[in-house]
Amino acid sequence: MNPLLLVTLALVALTGTATVFVRDPARQLVTAGVFGLALAIMFFAFGAPDVALSQIVVSTVAVPVMALLTLARLHRDDREGE
Amino acid sequence: MSPAVRRGVALTALAGLAAALLVACLGLPDFGHPRGPYATAVIPLALDARHVTSVVAAVTFDIRGIDTLGEELILFSAAVGATVLLRSQRGEDDTRAAVERQRALAERTPAPVRRVGAALAGPVLVLGVYVVAHGQLTPGGGFQGGVVLASAFLLVYAAGHVVRLQRVRPVALVEAGEALGAGAYALVAVGGLVFAGAALENFLPYGTTGQLLSGGTIPVLNVAVGVEVCGAVALILSELLDQALLRHGAP
Repeated sequence: MNPLLLVTLALVALTGTATVFVRDPARQLVTAGVFGLALAIMFFAFGAPDVALSQIVVSTVAVPVMALLTLARLHRDDREGE
Repeated sequence: MSPAVRRGVALTALAGLAAALLVACLGLPDFGHPRGPYATAVIPLALDARHVTSVVAAVTFDIRGIDTLGEELILFSAAVGATVLLRSQRGEDDTRAAVERQRALAERTPAPVRRVGAALAGPVLVLGVYVVAHGQLTPGGGFQGGVVLASAFLLVYAAGHVVRLQRVRPVALVEAGEALGAGAYALVAVGGLVFAGAALENFLPYGTTGQLLSGGTIPVLNVAVGVEVCGAVALILSELLDQALLRHGAP
């Protein structure tokens, strides 16, 4: 197997594990974004640019923004509940 | 169960799963050598019969075009469902309050964020149109381009030009775009039924392979999906944004 593929696979494993171990949701979003980028690079290296593009738009635009807005809403509820 | 026993059970189960996964991975076909005949058969099919250079586009919009119609309707109903759920929690006055709050918050947006948002919005918009328009030629297409287009609206928001945002992102237009995209895909499917005898069958001229206007119905479907996805993502994001800005419990 091509060493480039092995490096990208290792990156995915590393960033995926890191995402699990970060506990604070807001920080976890950033790690999850890096994980998504690692996945996109891996898909690209494996010759699937279409999937890589979908991965990029989902993991860098759709998911983080929706999760951030939800977090903002939940934080506000917490503050008002006090 | 004590923590030690629980850990033991978990580790045993994980070790079993790891062993099973390893065996399964060793039995996979070599990378780039699929076992089935379809992976190699689809490439000449896409190029010669469908006149597109992006094989993925030929698969998603022709060979399994009905699947894509289903996926598009799933996204459509998901966006409508989320909107209905979020809107049922607030009234019209709340929306006005959210807009006021948005205006007040925009004043406090840091200047560098505004500048980056303003500088990127135009290029990102062009990129989104490019990705949608070249779906039948290069990787990408309606879905990816649609999300890129929606992110251009987000950048306008980040730039803090709230007044302009109200003009760019009137919710009615976003809703219309979402419905129009979903409807256009279904119409092209019906068009195939009427003009060519089968749903989603090509009924437009193929053109020259590799040109911007080629591939028959595929570029039309790409634009439909792009408009639908852009509308759906923008609608969900704007509803969530209103929720985040709303002051619950305020009179």
